[in-house]
Amino acid sequence: MDLNIIYVLWLRQIRRYYRSGSRLLGTLGQPILLLLALGYGIGAIYRRAGEGNYIQFLVPGVITQTVLLSGIFWGIIILQDKRFGFLSELLVAPVSRLKILIGSALGGATISILQGILVFAIAFVFGFRPYHWINVPLAFAILVFMCLALTSFGAGIASSVDDFQGFQGINNLIVLPMFFLSGALYPLNNVPTFLKIITTINPVSYMVDSLRFLLANQTHFGLGKDLIVMSITFVVAIAFAVDRFNKVQM
Amino acid sequence: MSEIILSAKDVVKKFGNITAVDGISFDVKKGEIFAFLGPNGAGKSTTIKMLTTMLRPTSGLLKLAGHDVTTERDSARKSFGIVFQDPSLDEELSAVENMELHATLYRIPKKEQPQRIEEMLKLVELWDRKGSLIKTFSGGMRRRLEIARGLLHEPKVLFLDEPTLGLDTQTRNTMWRYVKKLSQEKGMTIFFTTHYLDEAEDVAETIAIIDHGKIVARGTTEELCKQTETKSLEEAYLKLTGKEIREESTNNDGLNFKMSLRNSRLR
Repeated sequence: MDLNIIYVLWLRQIRRYYRSGSRLLGTLGQPILLLLALGYGIGAIYRRAGEGNYIQFLVPGVITQTVLLSGIFWGIIILQDKRFGFLSELLVAPVSRLKILIGSALGGATISILQGILVFAIAFVFGFRPYHWINVPLAFAILVFMCLALTSFGAGIASSVDDFQGFQGINNLIVLPMFFLSGALYPLNNVPTFLKIITTINPVSYMVDSLRFLLANQTHFGLGKDLIVMSITFVVAIAFAVDRFNKVQM
Repeated sequence: MSEIILSAKDVVKKFGNITAVDGISFDVKKGEIFAFLGPNGAGKSTTIKMLTTMLRPTSGLLKLAGHDVTTERDSARKSFGIVFQDPSLDEELSAVENMELHATLYRIPKKEQPQRIEEMLKLVELWDRKGSLIKTFSGGMRRRLEIARGLLHEPKVLFLDEPTLGLDTQTRNTMWRYVKKLSQEKGMTIFFTTHYLDEAEDVAETIAIIDHGKIVARGTTEELCKQTETKSLEEAYLKLTGKEIREESTNNDGLNFKMSLRNSRLR
């Protein structure tokens, strides 16, 4: 019976998503822009610098960017529920907050996964080809893992802030730097020391790196290290979400 | 003697140094329509939030249908339905989808759900709009649907927190008609707050007035008038709570924003 509860909360997220066509377009616009502007714009210089095919390098970064933004921005739904009252309905129901969080976050993660897969498919139009298809299922598993962590992180942030401006502030202060300072767009081999330090402590760097290893056979940290850091991030993100969501008061 | 379905005993709620509810006690009988009145910031919403498990009292005992609200939260939750002060439907879902979600959260068996949902939507005359998304509903339709949803799991007590705020006179009348019907036909206990004293006078069997966190009077309209030597509930109310305007004092910074948002959406 309780699986039913998780299922209906999941279903609610999916229904809201497919009814909102603008959200889908909005979230796919950015990766396409990145692929167009950077893929073609910087691709030529990248090749001339002897680094090879930039699209191959860039696509794992763009997939990560998509699920990073989608996962964390999914938190806005929790914020909307909080501001517009639906969360009251959920919180007085005879259901534990953990189940409410699990059902909702699984819905958010599912949406992120779908978007990651869509960007993967779109990348083919830009000439991207996975290094070896045999690694694609593993890359998918990593994607799922990443989406669960990032959605939890988004839920935790949304539970901590009280208004949309606050959420926007978090985006500018945390999410965008996490993306731009992750090696998603450029190789980390020859970056200045300060950037090296930041990228090394940024968990998103390891997400990008693991996908890049599996899809393009290029790695900076090595898959083992990537997986360890991602596992820690996963646990911390979930603990953060559970802790913050338990403290929400209407 | 009628059975007591809801009781508060010496209930206190403090937010830091501020005492929002200051040792209130009252009983509500089964099947009674009970109005809980008071100026802004008097402690009404805090009391409802405690009764409906959204806030824990600092001290005191709250019992709902035999369950201690603080220690037997899930059982208490199953025994009440609530229409919140602020709208609480998912606008992106249809009426039926909102109802189904509620039914599952309250563990109504899947087989029984369609029939119960149909019955409730018919009761509030929204059956023909069952498939419409809530964002296409008027303020009055939303309120009716919230009532239907609050009743879906057959609660023993229905809480209505300022249910008619921002609604037009026609919708208000219709809403109270449903509420009276529920009380008469199903013996449902109704606990409501309102700022419209005429509503309390028309509908409520018992009225309690709270001010500065304390219950200052309790009884029927006639009893309150007699007690204060006044001729109407409004006069009695003003005599008990004073005429000066109260500022909204709230434990929730977002309340004022939500109130203004709600008004702008419903009107």
